[in-house]
Amino acid sequence: MEALDLELDAGELELPAEPMHLNMGPSHPAMHGTVRIVLELSGETIVKADVQIGYLHRGFEKMCERGTWAQVFPYVDRLNYVSPMLNNVGYALAVEKLCGLSVPDRCQWYRMALGELARISDHLTCDGAMAMELGAFTPFLWFVKAREMVWDILEEETGARLTHSFGRIGGMAEPPTPDFKGLCRAGLPKILDLVEEGERMLLRNRIFLDRLENVGAISRADAIALGWTGPCLRATGVPYDIRKAHPYLKYDEVDFDVPVGTKGDTLDRFLVRLGEIRQSKRIIEQVLERMPDEGPLNCDDPRVVLPDKMAVYTTIEATIQHFKLIMEGARVPSGEVYSYTEGGNGELGYYLVSDGSGTPYRVRIRPPCFQITGGLSKILEGRMLSDIVPTFGSLNMIGGECDH
Amino acid sequence: MSQLVLEKLRQRFGTAILETHAHFGDDTAVVDAGMWRTVGQFLCDDPDLDFDMPIDLCGVDYPERVPRMEVVLHLYSIAKAHRVRLKTRVGDADMAGAELDSLVSIWPGLDWLEREVFDMSGVRFRGHPDLRRILMYPEFEGHPLQRTYPADKTQPLVAYRSEAEAGTPLEKLEPFGPDEGMPFGRGGLPRVAEDI
Amino acid sequence: MGDVNRSLALQGSEQGYATTRLDALLGWARKYSLFSYPFITACCGMEFMALTSPRFDVSRFGAEVPRFSPRQSDLLWVVGTISQRQGPVLKRIYEQMMAPKWVFAFGTCAATGGFYDNYTTVPGIDKIIPVDVYIPGCPPRPEAVLDGLMLLQDKIQRGERRPGVVKPRIDPAQQVSELVRLRRSAGDPRALLPALREEKRS
Repeated sequence: MEALDLELDAGELELPAEPMHLNMGPSHPAMHGTVRIVLELSGETIVKADVQIGYLHRGFEKMCERGTWAQVFPYVDRLNYVSPMLNNVGYALAVEKLCGLSVPDRCQWYRMALGELARISDHLTCDGAMAMELGAFTPFLWFVKAREMVWDILEEETGARLTHSFGRIGGMAEPPTPDFKGLCRAGLPKILDLVEEGERMLLRNRIFLDRLENVGAISRADAIALGWTGPCLRATGVPYDIRKAHPYLKYDEVDFDVPVGTKGDTLDRFLVRLGEIRQSKRIIEQVLERMPDEGPLNCDDPRVVLPDKMAVYTTIEATIQHFKLIMEGARVPSGEVYSYTEGGNGELGYYLVSDGSGTPYRVRIRPPCFQITGGLSKILEGRMLSDIVPTFGSLNMIGGECDH
Repeated sequence: MSQLVLEKLRQRFGTAILETHAHFGDDTAVVDAGMWRTVGQFLCDDPDLDFDMPIDLCGVDYPERVPRMEVVLHLYSIAKAHRVRLKTRVGDADMAGAELDSLVSIWPGLDWLEREVFDMSGVRFRGHPDLRRILMYPEFEGHPLQRTYPADKTQPLVAYRSEAEAGTPLEKLEPFGPDEGMPFGRGGLPRVAEDI
Repeated sequence: MGDVNRSLALQGSEQGYATTRLDALLGWARKYSLFSYPFITACCGMEFMALTSPRFDVSRFGAEVPRFSPRQSDLLWVVGTISQRQGPVLKRIYEQMMAPKWVFAFGTCAATGGFYDNYTTVPGIDKIIPVDVYIPGCPPRPEAVLDGLMLLQDKIQRGERRPGVVKPRIDPAQQVSELVRLRRSAGDPRALLPALREEKRS
């Protein structure tokens, strides 16, 4: 019998094959919210990835049009639900820009401290969940333990662990408790200890580094053209941080660095977030030194700020003011404004349109992770199936924010 | 905020820039809908302006005015650290003619944002590579963020269970009578004068 | 199966319907070995993560093992808001689970739709699938969730399928009456006016 393999051409040995379609989600173990990724695979390599969001669309922008300006705060909390204080502060700043108000110094320091605590909680969750999805369950438990400490401080201050609704137009809902500085100063070193323990476990592990290094890389120009901001952009080498570039509150009076990566891959994003936790701790320590212990917290503009409760019960003017602010809402001057702050994921912007009444005409949130998730299909092309989990985890897509 | 951006736009495009303002420090220019793409290309290419990052694109519905839908684009320049807001107006009372040129070839980040504006506000983008719904499901009819779409009109994909099947009452208890409570969308309340 | 050993009384804390010893054994085994399917969508997922953390350890209840396949799980945790788009997915996953199966509505959004009364939210998952325990809260504290888990375990032991709601530990109605009593004890509120004027002056 003649040898079969001598006469055949290399080209003729290829069997006709169609690419395989695989559906990931919308309910899958990567606990970052619900996203559906429809993959076209050739073997293990991803040929095309269609990222479908919208499974957590809750109609935030439509709901804002039904209530008053102050009734938007609970909705805003549930956008980026791992760092709700940053959303609160961002929205309060946006409405204050429209009203032309500026809050007293004590409130500005307080907002900064609470915001940075929320940022620490955000980064701990992201990095912990990323480690867990790769199989490293213990650092996740340590990071969640550290996050519980942050939530204890926030619970003492605001009354709620997660969705505080603590911001108000013209200030905050309650003044800081007398124990606030003590709690922060006691808790922050412990949080950093846990972060360091987790780092020691992860960053010398060959398997962890191999799964993250050079995976999901993106270039500077691509990231900018896609509209990426925040830790994902800083991992590519662009040192754009709104707290430095366009300072708001008192960020120009505190000293901190902006961690920047080099290659824009998943490992850089992981490390940038860990670095930011340390910088947030630095900021909080400086804020606690500078924040005055006494003094007014809210600005005293009667058009937006609720009057003191005892005055409401005893004087008629305060009762009327309270009634009008609650029933009709703070009458914000008409116009439109775009106000942006550094959220946990990047530039968190609010575009507000007011028609002069107590109800917002249009509240548009610019969600940072919407743009970032838009670039996911680009950075997944050509990678392998198992690269999806760390890459997607490092983008920190929060469903509530992305699908608003 | 320097007036550089708005001046260059006015110099270059003249009457195509319908109005400009800088309220609250945000430079804003309203552009004629036909020149949307040209103005966008200029903003990206001009070396003094250098707008390389698309920030946001959204639609705002003003149903009592024609054209009705205002499309708002925010841009940022990393190198120059300045911003601009570009607006245009499309669509008549029935949203006929609500079409704009797509700017995806200039800024790839507008891909999903244009899909969202299409999904929520109903503006079509000519030349978009893949214009389909992003936040709502394909079977949904209508565009939710238009002010004429009632906020509580659901279009369920899965038929709700009946009370007989469930064994317990499933309907929401109406907390208010028909003439009580806050109207959904407080358009009925009187507007207040602008200066307070 | 129910006829044979009906005369045997149950020991300990199991009250409710009389069951056979075999049913009691099955109930005990099922309630302490729940394999959960965490169907996580939104903010309540953060509290779910806190639940699995060492502080509010859910593994002491035997329910820590998340099986991310409906075929292998018997407890469906519906955590977070379910949008209309997610409805068919939830129904599919529920149908893929094998009996006996139980469902938690974790959080107000899963129980009733929350404050998202709009075009895109399912007003409570009981419109789509039957629910065993509703845990209200936005998000509920992990202690409330553990109360719900214990309530479910009790229902599993008794074989009861009527839905239950987790009550708050402290009844708010009681608290309010205490507050009102406090205020009344201050006497005439106009007596506080001089104190107010003092404050304003200083």
